[in-house]
Amino acid sequence: MLMLCCDMGTALQRRWIGMGRSSKMADSNNAVQKFEPKIVCFFCKWCTYAGADLAGTSRIEYLPNGIPIRVMCSSRVDPEHILWAFKKGADGVFVGGCHPGDCHYQNGNYKTRRRLFLLKKVVEDFGISPDRLRLEWISASEGRKFAHVMNEFIEQVRALGPLRIGGNHG
Amino acid sequence: MAKPKVAFYWCASCGGCEETVVDLNEDILKVVEAVDIVFWPVALDYKKKDIEVMKDGDIAVSFINGAVRLKEQEEMVKLLRVKSGLVVAFGSCAHLGGIPGLANFWTKNAIFERVYKGVPSVANAEGIFPKEKLTIDVGELTLPEFYDTVKTLDQTISVDYYLPGCPPPPDLIMNAVNAILKNELPEKGSVLAPEKSLCDTCPRAEKKPEKISMKDIKRPHEIIPDPEKCFLEEGLICLGPATRSGCGERCINANMPCRGCMGPTREVIDQGAKALSAIASILGIEDEEKMTEEEVKELLDKIVDPAGTFYRFSLPSSLLRRKALSE
Repeated sequence: MLMLCCDMGTALQRRWIGMGRSSKMADSNNAVQKFEPKIVCFFCKWCTYAGADLAGTSRIEYLPNGIPIRVMCSSRVDPEHILWAFKKGADGVFVGGCHPGDCHYQNGNYKTRRRLFLLKKVVEDFGISPDRLRLEWISASEGRKFAHVMNEFIEQVRALGPLRIGGNHG
Repeated sequence: MAKPKVAFYWCASCGGCEETVVDLNEDILKVVEAVDIVFWPVALDYKKKDIEVMKDGDIAVSFINGAVRLKEQEEMVKLLRVKSGLVVAFGSCAHLGGIPGLANFWTKNAIFERVYKGVPSVANAEGIFPKEKLTIDVGELTLPEFYDTVKTLDQTISVDYYLPGCPPPPDLIMNAVNAILKNELPEKGSVLAPEKSLCDTCPRAEKKPEKISMKDIKRPHEIIPDPEKCFLEEGLICLGPATRSGCGERCINANMPCRGCMGPTREVIDQGAKALSAIASILGIEDEEKMTEEEVKELLDKIVDPAGTFYRFSLPSSLLRRKALSE
């Protein structure tokens, strides 16, 4: 299933780039040393993914470092998926869901909220800054917020630098 | 016909796994009748050289307990792998990394600083730390290398079967021994224990409400739990939802919540993440709609050492395996 997520991620990335590619990308390519963080994004189908779509159709420019994975509900995101993303090279993980009270499945996002808050504490013990993990509530009408939050998070992770996990046996 | 040869070995472990072999009681006589124990450092005086002279694959099965933390342990398990037909990872530490695996939240240097200098009862003004080699007038003294990372047995050598538990319960050991003797083993790589989660077989399951809600977090020393109620309902973190059954519910019957020693069920990769997810799902669920973010954080902050709690036995086998050495 996790492999499937990765394939889905790659497939969606292609579509993503076509959807709302920013002209800032060209500028950043000139600066060779600039670190481009890889951000794995889990978006709930009903709110944040629709918000991302709105940002795209509204031609709002934002940084293209996110690799979106659409899930039915933010509570479908298992902490295992997030750790898997970090293990496979994500520098940051973004989870987007509906605002509290607006969950399509009534209370999924409350579970997400508790899981993510707790996971932030746990990843710190793994030596991963909790600032590499972000939870945001973005509704279908908040295309502008979506772009703003993505830019902000990508810059935040860029400032943290590449994530190096694991260690040697020696 | 010659009896099949069996070896026992220990790596980074507490000795409880050796104890559980003795806990087979009279059954151990049946085992000894059926097999020839050729190596068991805790009980028999055989040396490494006795293993070295054996033919490859000569030992029918090696039961190895403990995680791999020292170079010596790595060498010994590699030797036993070559000389054994089957290798069984015996107990939580060999299976998942176990309690010694929690050291992966630290580095070798931090551990040495603490153990040989920082502990208040240690006087070490000169800052002397263990060395791998030291030459004194009578010759050279050596100690095995202490690795930065604790590994599970299967991260070091290929493992045929796993006997989970801290320590593995005697009935599972006997089942495994019988299966080996009768050659009725399941597919290679199997965990020789039931596939259900502990909640499924929990003696308290009957009285469990349909929807479990954890209102608060309590620690085992703070309350005397009702001997019939679900621990989660009482606010005690129990890893039953994320842990494999088969332990005989020893802790539950002693009125202690599950700590997760049997490891995850087959479908789960990361036991800690699953346990975290299970607890977070039901903690404060009743008032979730009314709670502010701050109140949620406050409630979650009551979980002391969440990483250590959820990964108590499984850190080296988890997805991330250890603390990053960079940040």
